Amino acid sequence: MVQKRDYLRESPSQTAGPYVHIGCTPNFTGIDAYGGDLGQVMKTGPVQGQEIIVKGAVYDGTGTPLRDAMIEIWQPDAAGLFASANETRGDADPNFTGWGRSSGDMDTGEFVFDTVKPGAVPFPDGRMQAPHITVWIVARGINIGLHTRIYFADEAEANASDPILTRIEHQNRIPTLLATEISAGVYRFDIHLQGPQETIFFDM
Amino acid sequence: MSLIKQTGGFVPRDRGWQPEALTPPYKTSVKRSPQAALLSFPTTLSEETSPLFGHDLIGELDNDLILNHAQPGQSAIGPRIIVHGRVVDEMGRGVPGALLEFWQANAGGRYRHKKESYQAALDPNFGGCGRTITAEDGSYEMRTIQPGPYPWPNGMNDWRPAHIHFSVFGHGFAQRLITQMYFEGDPHIKLCPIVGVLKSQEAVDALTAPLDMHRTVPMDSRAFKFDIVLRGRRQTCFENRPEGL
Repeated sequence: MVQKRDYLRESPSQTAGPYVHIGCTPNFTGIDAYGGDLGQVMKTGPVQGQEIIVKGAVYDGTGTPLRDAMIEIWQPDAAGLFASANETRGDADPNFTGWGRSSGDMDTGEFVFDTVKPGAVPFPDGRMQAPHITVWIVARGINIGLHTRIYFADEAEANASDPILTRIEHQNRIPTLLATEISAGVYRFDIHLQGPQETIFFDM
Repeated sequence: MSLIKQTGGFVPRDRGWQPEALTPPYKTSVKRSPQAALLSFPTTLSEETSPLFGHDLIGELDNDLILNHAQPGQSAIGPRIIVHGRVVDEMGRGVPGALLEFWQANAGGRYRHKKESYQAALDPNFGGCGRTITAEDGSYEMRTIQPGPYPWPNGMNDWRPAHIHFSVFGHGFAQRLITQMYFEGDPHIKLCPIVGVLKSQEAVDALTAPLDMHRTVPMDSRAFKFDIVLRGRRQTCFENRPEGL
């Protein structure tokens, strides 16, 4: 016999189900609560850096957009600082929350985030990562939240030296992580749960 | 640069314990499950930070689903219950300041949602959502009515056990979690294809709240205890350092 480790196990995940919006964006579903839904506004005043729109949709294995998903993003400000209690490197832009939550459009499933282009953040070994936005997707049929990242197609140099992107075995899948500018300041990032365009999902 | 850091990265998620993406008896998972392997990396600042939610966010009735959608002087219909517990990490440390959001069906098993078609009646005094933020020791409390089981389109005659959905924010985005709480003794737990995605009885038990008579309010509300465990962070003086140091 050896000593016991006495660690606990993480609570098992269960699907967010078809009515995640009741809990997380109740006003979106017509339930008047809290004076508004959380995560709808990422800018509380004038922000530093380049303001951008990121839009897209989440597609299932048949190519149908999900209309019952919830998408959250989390990112640093334009200087690469997070508005988080765990940020020890400096003070983030006080007018930027870094966190957005979208229910998607009820008919088309399209999500839209009004945000800023994120600054670069270091990897644990000190090398810089390419600018990216963390994404978390839950929906009916998804047993455990899916985690991916949005990188930017127009950051080719930073992407080429990113500690994670350069370690991906199937380099031909990297475009699934790249948002592309479709008009001035507007980026498109579609998420494919399955199929030949399946997005790279992370276990981090 | 100090060689001593209070915290390191998050402990990897135990994918052998958590449900798989593809679970065919839960049919919707079939076309919504990624098929390629996940890309595994140690956490970075992007996963080790998380948005701030202050206690001032929470209104007085936000954690009281019996009253938060009720007309003045009225209350939601159903068995009155208190749900309480602690949010802790895998090392057993309380997680203060965690945002919990809940949603559930009413006592008849009906959600307040325009896409919901079950014939059970809506309760005009019940919205079905609430939220709270954990205290310094990670504890939380909410009051609600016990939700009813309901049928759902999957198999020919599948019913969800009574459950409350929980969305949890800890201190790092890596801890982000959505799960469901079930009730001790519910015979539907064993039959449900969504509970069935859990890989062991131990995992089912981890989501099943026991009746807690110690916290019951006599002549008023029963109580159920539901603890939530989030991923933990390593604590070490020997964190990765920039190359060359």
